Amino acid sequence: MATVPKVDVGTDYKEKYGFFVPEDFVFKAKRGLNPEIVKEISWMKKEPEWMLKFRLRSLEIFRKKPMPKWGADLSVIDFENIFYYLKASDRQSKTWEDLPPDIKATYDRLGVPEAERKFLAGVSAQYESEVVYHSLQESLTKKGVIFTDTDSALRDHPELFKEYFGTVIPPADNKFSALNSAVWSGGSFIYVPKGVHVEVPLQAYFRINAENMGQFERTLIICDEGSFVHYIEGCTAPIYTTDSLHSAVVEIIVKRNARCRYTTIQNWSTNVFNLVTKRALAYGDATMEWVDGNLGSQITMKYPSVYLMEPGAKGDVLSVAFAGKGQHQDAGGKMIHVAPNTTSTITSKSISKGGGRTSYRGHIKMYPDAKNSKSFVKCDALLLDDDSRSDTYPYNDVDAENVTLGHEATVSKVSDEQLFYLMSRGITRSEAETMIVNGFIEPFTKELPLEYAVELNRLIQLEMEGSVG
Amino acid sequence: MADFEIRDLRASVEGKEILKGVTLSINKGEVHAVMGPNGSGKSTLSHTLMGHPGYTVDGGQVNFKGKNVLELEPDERARLGMFLAFQYPVVVPGISMTNFLRTALNAKRGYDGKDKSKQVSPKEFRSLLKGELEVLHMDDSFLPRYINDGFSGGEKKRAEILQMAILKPEIAILDETDSGLDIDSIKFVAEAVNRMRGPELGVLIITHYTRILEFIKPDFVHVLVDGKFVLSGGPEVADRLEKTGYSEWAEADEPAVLKPEEVA
Repeated sequence: MATVPKVDVGTDYKEKYGFFVPEDFVFKAKRGLNPEIVKEISWMKKEPEWMLKFRLRSLEIFRKKPMPKWGADLSVIDFENIFYYLKASDRQSKTWEDLPPDIKATYDRLGVPEAERKFLAGVSAQYESEVVYHSLQESLTKKGVIFTDTDSALRDHPELFKEYFGTVIPPADNKFSALNSAVWSGGSFIYVPKGVHVEVPLQAYFRINAENMGQFERTLIICDEGSFVHYIEGCTAPIYTTDSLHSAVVEIIVKRNARCRYTTIQNWSTNVFNLVTKRALAYGDATMEWVDGNLGSQITMKYPSVYLMEPGAKGDVLSVAFAGKGQHQDAGGKMIHVAPNTTSTITSKSISKGGGRTSYRGHIKMYPDAKNSKSFVKCDALLLDDDSRSDTYPYNDVDAENVTLGHEATVSKVSDEQLFYLMSRGITRSEAETMIVNGFIEPFTKELPLEYAVELNRLIQLEMEGSVG
Repeated sequence: MADFEIRDLRASVEGKEILKGVTLSINKGEVHAVMGPNGSGKSTLSHTLMGHPGYTVDGGQVNFKGKNVLELEPDERARLGMFLAFQYPVVVPGISMTNFLRTALNAKRGYDGKDKSKQVSPKEFRSLLKGELEVLHMDDSFLPRYINDGFSGGEKKRAEILQMAILKPEIAILDETDSGLDIDSIKFVAEAVNRMRGPELGVLIITHYTRILEFIKPDFVHVLVDGKFVLSGGPEVADRLEKTGYSEWAEADEPAVLKPEEVA
């Protein structure tokens, strides 16, 4: 039995009024947020009614919730001046000439291929990697793995979708999850069947198009019992967008004995507010690993979390944030221990330069049942000059007995001794500084697939050039 | 004119005058030892020669290849052909020794990321490393480790000499290279240095104790007391210090040989 409700707004229109979407129809993009926009989005996507209701309810929640005041300053976001849904054809209207010179220069220096940079810049809607994607899809399909965009998943796998969607992060979780729930578009959907190990990392890159790179993407990953998947989102090249708000929701369910790793490398252009809710549920003896790298953006607020639901569940967050001039990276992690014998670690590395600001914000919660659980938090901040700033906000909330909770925080500067040592071997000051920074984030880099690690190191090098020692 | 000339070098640390006019000429092919008691200015000499930012030059010149190196950044001095083997090698986490050695060698050869012809090839690099590791009795497992991170005292000092062997300087300053070393390590280090001795290398060994000079025979020995040389001569100066210590210079009544219990 399909769970698609009988009343579907899109099909209803067609049947009752003979209304249909001609191929050359162009959705008229409008700024601002109201129920009409939300209805239009849902209608454009021909969604089932339950999704429309979900969206409208989420919009109400978004409107009622106050702006969070505990973190970065978000008061400058003007919600009425944002496009909440753009078709690929609208996004494409930009031309290469419209791009800011610094973005172009970075593509050049990173050696990003032509087709790819046009896509990243929003000039082209499709990144030409179809061949790779199709052969991968074939082998995945054989194993019963579903890897598609979230809109297609709603259409093609309605029951599976409805069972899990919105269950990890309900719209009412926070203001921005409510916003995303109201206007979401694109994102990835992955289902890995019982016992299946996906050997190659799945990358959004393979099947990416402009819609998936949207501001309000929605990702849902379900790892069935005993399965494994590594998902990689983003890339190190800067993603240029004129839209100033990126607010994604990522929901992950890791069932018994399964393991999921979710790697993010993002480098938004510096006008972007990057406000993302990421959460995973880990069941018995399951492992959830967030590997999260944040560069770019004006403000990032992101705290990947793991709810450790059953005994033996394990959660890891490993994150790096780089804040340059005018940037505030407010990042960290949350570990919610619900069951006994659960373990978690959060390792946060932050680099501030040129007056940039990084904050570590973390929450460890141990419910009364979480006895014999362990959590360890380590945050290291590296300041590259006296104008930059780093803060730590750890919140620990322990209601269980026999638990171990460790917290270690360091703030350091690039030391004169290290610089002198490297320079005494003929290495220039700027290269030595870059080496020290790359060395500092090495615990993160070594967890990345090689090509990402190499790109990240090059990117750090670009960020470092011109910095005052 | 000598290949490397220190002329009337004066330097201070945090406003305190330490070097009070040091003059020394080193030619390639020669090994000089500078000996002195604690506080005589030995470390200041090595750090000032290499350009540590914590030491202020108050006067004098150091001429090498037509340049006053005191006006150069540390990396420029290194690329010109100077090398300092540190008394306390610095830990730099997250960077492997291999990466460090390759980056340093490329820098020395003038590779700036553009002209690939100046870049050391993987093959050449491997064979270069292999030979030098053998001489120093080190194995490959040391290469993926972070710079000096968790190294024993002996490993650190051997790693310094390995860097010297890879970078092939023309003027090498060995700062208390024997301190903290057991006798085997000293022998390996000395063997490596002796192999490098030749017409293309001038060596300045800075040491408190005479022990390392048994293994690396100096051509000249200079005694530094209170920021000035008080005695210079041939190897016989070391022999004299071995017997009398620094007692001739009243306020520096220290032995120049290790007591048995101090020998690691």
